Amino acid sequence: MLTETLPDKAHAPQAPRRLPGDLAIWFFILAELLAFAVFFSAYAFARARHVEEFNLYQQTLDLTAGAINTVLLITGSWFVALAVQAAHRDDQAAISRHLALGWLCGAGFLGIKCYEYAVKFGAGISLSTNTFYMFYISLTFFHFMHVILGMVILSVLWKQARRGVYGAHEANGLESGAAYWHMVDLLWIVLFPLVYVMR
Amino acid sequence: MMTLLANPIHRAWLILLAATALTWYLGESGAAGTGAIIAMLLIAFVKGRLVILDFMELRHAPRLWRILLEGWMLLVGGLILLAYWLSLK
Repeated sequence: MLTETLPDKAHAPQAPRRLPGDLAIWFFILAELLAFAVFFSAYAFARARHVEEFNLYQQTLDLTAGAINTVLLITGSWFVALAVQAAHRDDQAAISRHLALGWLCGAGFLGIKCYEYAVKFGAGISLSTNTFYMFYISLTFFHFMHVILGMVILSVLWKQARRGVYGAHEANGLESGAAYWHMVDLLWIVLFPLVYVMR
Repeated sequence: MMTLLANPIHRAWLILLAATALTWYLGESGAAGTGAIIAMLLIAFVKGRLVILDFMELRHAPRLWRILLEGWMLLVGGLILLAYWLSLK
């Protein structure tokens, strides 16, 4: 395997440019990114009209929980990127192992988010409490559903990987699912500072 | 350690963790205002680029896709900055 991958790396700059995964997943990712761009700017412009309210209620958010969740998504993304690398060097066992670890990071994210929601809902906060909480709940919940979909995709990839579908011969499906999972991470990288920290 | 840093994916992960710690610290220390917002947007841009180029593997993809995703980061960052500027008026 080493002799096969080494020359490839040495000639990487000359290698033809290649889009990982299916073209269709990238169109889907673009559509998702644009939808979130609208939500992120809606939040930012609503904040511009209610600065005091947003600054006040933002302080009630659990900054540390949000940061731990960032670490979980980044680490989950890292595991899935390693799964794709494992496929390219035909290491079957490492593909499914890294996919499972990525899935666990997603589960950890959902657990912490549920704890955050439980605290807020327990305090009687809802979508109609005020504009800030309306945005906080709807933005994070919309993203929450994307994490769930990402985990469904990782489950399918894991099952396929266990059956030996992916390897040096075939990684297209794996790369497509991985790209979606990285998008979920990318969205949180903007959402976390925007909603939890910026003031 | 050398083998760890030779893989761009490991390198990206370590920088992403450090950048997240920095954003958390800025929040905990109560950083606010123009300087803080610009710093946080820059950190988010660096993080987003690492995810786009190293995790999504778009560094060696057709340039169009790199431009589209990095452009998305710039668009969102620009709109957030514009909204912040409006809030100062």
